[in-house]
Amino acid sequence: MSTHTETAFRLPAPLLALKNIVLFLLRSPTSAFGLAVLTLLILVAAFAPLIATHDPYAQDLALTLQPPGNGHFFGTDELGRDIFSRLVWGARITLTIIFLVSVVVGPIGLIIGTTAGYLGGKVDTVMMRITDIFLSFPSLILSLAFVAALGPSLNNAIVAIALTSWPPIARLARAEAMTFRKADYISAARLQGASPTRIIIKSIMPMCLPSVLIRLTLNMATVILTAAGLGFLGLGAQPPLPEWGAMIATGRRYMLDSWWLVTFPGVAILSVSLAFNLLGDGLRDALDPKQINRR
Amino acid sequence: MSHRRIRFYGAAGQLGTIAVTLLGLLLLTFFIGRLMPADPVRAIVGEDATRETYEQVYRSLGLDRPLWEQFAYYLGDVFTGNFGTSIRTGQPVIQDILHVMPATIELATFAILIGAGLGVPLGVFAAVNKDRWLDHVVRVFSLFGHSMPIFWTGMIALIVFYAHLGLVGGSGRMDQFYIGLVEERTGFLLIDSLIAGEMDVFWSALNHIILPAALLGYSSSAYITRMTRSFMLDQLGQEYVTTARVKGLSRNQTIWQHAFVNIRVQLVTIIALAYGSLLEGAVLIETVFAWPGFGQYLTNNLITGDMNAVMTCVLIVGVIFIGLNLLSDVLYRIFDPRTR
Repeated sequence: MSTHTETAFRLPAPLLALKNIVLFLLRSPTSAFGLAVLTLLILVAAFAPLIATHDPYAQDLALTLQPPGNGHFFGTDELGRDIFSRLVWGARITLTIIFLVSVVVGPIGLIIGTTAGYLGGKVDTVMMRITDIFLSFPSLILSLAFVAALGPSLNNAIVAIALTSWPPIARLARAEAMTFRKADYISAARLQGASPTRIIIKSIMPMCLPSVLIRLTLNMATVILTAAGLGFLGLGAQPPLPEWGAMIATGRRYMLDSWWLVTFPGVAILSVSLAFNLLGDGLRDALDPKQINRR
Repeated sequence: MSHRRIRFYGAAGQLGTIAVTLLGLLLLTFFIGRLMPADPVRAIVGEDATRETYEQVYRSLGLDRPLWEQFAYYLGDVFTGNFGTSIRTGQPVIQDILHVMPATIELATFAILIGAGLGVPLGVFAAVNKDRWLDHVVRVFSLFGHSMPIFWTGMIALIVFYAHLGLVGGSGRMDQFYIGLVEERTGFLLIDSLIAGEMDVFWSALNHIILPAALLGYSSSAYITRMTRSFMLDQLGQEYVTTARVKGLSRNQTIWQHAFVNIRVQLVTIIALAYGSLLEGAVLIETVFAWPGFGQYLTNNLITGDMNAVMTCVLIVGVIFIGLNLLSDVLYRIFDPRTR
């Protein structure tokens, strides 16, 4: 009996073989690129003090709006701050946003989705109605509204993004949970007397995890763009924080003469969001072989 | 139960769903409005009003009542078409929005024409050439469109095409000295200037809309391409396609007259949804291009904390999205016999 339950409750094989996934990803040039950019992002964020050539907040009013070169890789901004160093420190902010949003959104989406999908009936209807309401907005507009309500700041931007990005995850987890609900191994667990909570946590959630992870990775691209958009509109990270979107917003006033103020932060945002999209695509191939023909 | 009866219940169920979603939407906007840090009373009476005036206005706005009662009043107001007055402009919010909406609709329509005109053929070509170099090129092209921060691309495009090459007009809907020259009839500048016969204004407007519309169109073409490709692959894998080829139809005939015909409904729904999400891009692109539309109106009000205006804008976006989703459902029901 116990061996039976053990096999049913094990994580799906792909998750146990992280090494295989990475090897699989490295085989395709596009997802290898995605993985490389994200590794770089993490390394840069971790070793920011060592990589940055200047203090990201140090102003030098004698050297404002300097073009790239002359000891400043990417030039200086309107207050003489080193843009390269600000980008390097900004990687930490980006990573913080990604981490916090995933940590909040993943579990919430998973819990709501699997509960609704497994229990069905009224619980499902109510939960999916709520999800639908959130889904009836484009994420940026709803985040804008939440930030306006909470007041502009980086933390509130993160809260707003998290509040708006769980519904697609919940939808997905629900759809997955509904396909597993009727499976024999679930019936077996139920007949053994497992409670719905136990079944959801031990048998349903692990099965939904691969597709939720893929969706989360693909979502990260949107999260980054939304965060940068909020920063750009002045509703996210506030100056002098070196957030990439906010850097573009301040650089906008000088963009016609000093192109480097907006160009480099934008390239950083584009690379990271592209990397997440490429990685998400690769992960889908690695974890979900049945999708491979549709791609 | 007869089929007609099932369809009736289906439609009634859907109406109920919409009603509930709308109510939830109103609850959400109401909640957001109450959370906003700006003090609506202060905004009306000014900084140096007496305590009596303040409290009088406070009561007249119904802010002393319990929350559920305030929500009931809000519902009543919304259903009678009263969305309140914008504190910033002093005009009824709905009038403000009607005034700025055409600029955004014009931009979005132009953009979706570009997006669909680009995305659908690319998607079909990618599907037909699956896993060949053309497919990879299309994939990278659309992934870029999907990954770019549109406000940044807008600035770079302004620097390159406006400041350096001088190919297009800069920000705004037309050159400064044309403003006010054309009488506003429809609010769509391209149409108004044609009606008035002002060709100079028309070309100026076209020159200004082309860049923001192209950027928005590119970003929505990413989604359209991806979906078209995936729909096409589904069709191309089916046996009737092989049959058509075996019968002796050419490759092009099979693709366009058989497979493509079958994805038209799906495409229309996808394009409808893409049209709606252009609103999102419009918020950012309108800020970059100083485009006097809905997006700019929304962001200006967010920054000044104009509660009524923000609530109404958010509500309108929600309603537009519910409407588009409904439209796509209805289209499916009408054109896809399997859903009956």
